[in-house]
Amino acid sequence: MGRIVLNKVSKSFGDTEVIPPLDLTIEDGEFTVFVGPSGCGKSTLLRLIAGLEDVTAGTIEIDGKDATQVSPAKRGLAMVFQSYALYPHMTVRKNISFPLRMAKLDKAEQDRRVERAASVLNLTDYLDRRPGQLSGGQRQRVAIGRAIVREPAAFLFDEPLSNLDAALRVGMRLEISELHERLKTTMIYVTHDQVEAMTMADRIVVLRAGHIEQVGSPLELYHTPRNLFVAGFIGSPKMNFIAGKEAEKHGAHTVGIRPEHIMVTEKKGSWAGVVGVSEHLGSDTFLHVHETGLADTITVRAGGEVGFRHGDRIHLTPRDDVIHKFDTGGLRSE
Amino acid sequence: MATQQSRSAARIMLAPAVILLLGWMLVPLTMTLYFSFKKYLPLRGGDLGWAGFDNYVRFVTSSAFWPSIQSTLIIVIGVLLITVVLGVLLAQLLDQPMWGQGIVRILVIAPFFVMPTVSALVWKNMFMDPVNGLLAHLWKFFGAQPVEWLSDAPLFSIIMIVSWQWLPFATLILLTAIQSLDSEQLEAAEMDGAPVLARFGYIVLPHLSRAIAIVILIQTIFLLSIFAEIFVTTGGAFGTRTLTYLIFQRVLESQNVGLGSAGGVYAIVLANIVAYFLMRIVGKNLDA
Ligand SMILES: Nc1ncnc2c1ncn2[C@@H]1O[C@H](COP(=O)(O)OP(=O)(O)OP(=O)(O)O)[C@@H](O)[C@H]1O
Ligand SMILES: [Mg+2]
Repeated sequence: MGRIVLNKVSKSFGDTEVIPPLDLTIEDGEFTVFVGPSGCGKSTLLRLIAGLEDVTAGTIEIDGKDATQVSPAKRGLAMVFQSYALYPHMTVRKNISFPLRMAKLDKAEQDRRVERAASVLNLTDYLDRRPGQLSGGQRQRVAIGRAIVREPAAFLFDEPLSNLDAALRVGMRLEISELHERLKTTMIYVTHDQVEAMTMADRIVVLRAGHIEQVGSPLELYHTPRNLFVAGFIGSPKMNFIAGKEAEKHGAHTVGIRPEHIMVTEKKGSWAGVVGVSEHLGSDTFLHVHETGLADTITVRAGGEVGFRHGDRIHLTPRDDVIHKFDTGGLRSE
Repeated sequence: MATQQSRSAARIMLAPAVILLLGWMLVPLTMTLYFSFKKYLPLRGGDLGWAGFDNYVRFVTSSAFWPSIQSTLIIVIGVLLITVVLGVLLAQLLDQPMWGQGIVRILVIAPFFVMPTVSALVWKNMFMDPVNGLLAHLWKFFGAQPVEWLSDAPLFSIIMIVSWQWLPFATLILLTAIQSLDSEQLEAAEMDGAPVLARFGYIVLPHLSRAIAIVILIQTIFLLSIFAEIFVTTGGAFGTRTLTYLIFQRVLESQNVGLGSAGGVYAIVLANIVAYFLMRIVGKNLDA
């Protein structure tokens, strides 16, 4: 079905090594999300798996068979591109059936699969339109339709939702998760959107400069980040890092506290500070607190109805049970 | 230009250009029309009065008319075929990353900067000359009898020369079109299992269709009036007399301005018919 194993895979463009040797196993049926800052090699890694780029060294196994030298078409994977990459001169029907025509399936089977994909994706009314006459979300669905008719061993998505507006993105996110529940096919999904990663993934792979920083379930990464980078990358707003005396009290080089784990009070508390900008989201308020003597800014999540204003003096109390400790090398120590 | 005001302002500002263009076009056109109804023989009595439709009738009934239409069509279609097919292939080739790309591209485009007269002379004397031409040497090297290109295969020779001149134009337009193709579309097709030829047929060619239509349209309009290439090579002999060349002969060699002008009017009508159909093709392509 769709177990993908990367063995010491590395990739260089000329002299620059984009992906240093890397091992990764993606289990059959798993929804794996690659996250990381821009330029860290997420797309490159996905394209290596797809076969659109050649590996510099290492091997890629799909379903126990070495696929390193296999052409993209023969790997049995389907990819959804950020730009959708629909064929503009073909109707939606022709777009979706293109891989089937290339595989020379008989006409009746082609029609059957196209109809089924179209009904799953709510595209039945649009089959005779061209991509230019569709909205962004509909185009996205056509691209997904073109991927599912092939019944691939795994789906590869490269930031498929980044061209959509916020509301549509939420909708499509649910649809893709729904699709995964239904098909139970391996999916690899590249994004730099926190929320997409946390909500959709079975497993998240955090990348930095081509290195895997940590692999784990969303909650694992949230509760026990392996190092400072993952701690800072997962969670929004970002975790607060405090070094120096306060950290030594906890026997660590640096401690990290998430904004949602700090209590705000007017009078008594562990730390004192002055409110800077406060961002009211309705349900929550993010306070940026200065002059605490701990770090430049401490971000705190408070309830939606707190009434602190710019310049107010307040007190903060961290929840001691959820403080993350890191050693001098930035690794988690426990 | 949405509002009434901006539209009328635009009209006023466009007026000088339009008037200049109209004058440029209308004066020669009116003169051609005027002369086409005259019996006007500059060296044999000058203006001999009105001729009615005599010139028009004589032009199409002359034994040279239909053969000239035929050679015009053969040359235009031949050149179009060669330039479009080779242009697509060359553009595809030039789009590949390779060493010395910049220089190769300039070399490919170079023939377009050579004046038609010059290029025709170069071809005639350096390539096609049956004694000293490069092709003659090549033929001799392989032990074959050199071909007398311009008398044995005159139409083919002219098609070669003109194609050589217009190939860069076609290549250039098609190359820019190829470069505007989203590479993710090709990658998607590759993942969908389309081999190289299928990718070319299903993705690249449809993407190029508009550019090809434009190349055909523009080239046809220019190719209908090629003259220098014929003038310096065969001088209209051996069945290479095109409509344009026939008009030239009527006016200058037979000194019959009226007859030539009537031919000119036919040529205008012909060019407009072609332009009309090609515009419709291009228009259809632009809609899609
Ligand atoms: N064809 C190429 N030639 C040279 N360098 C490349 C090429 N493709 C990518 N790179 C480099 O490889 C690195 C990783 O690129 P990649 O596209 O994988 O990043 P990414 O993680 O997908 O970023 P983003 O989130 O912005 O899409 C970048 O530094 C990029 O400059
Ligand atoms: Mg990317």
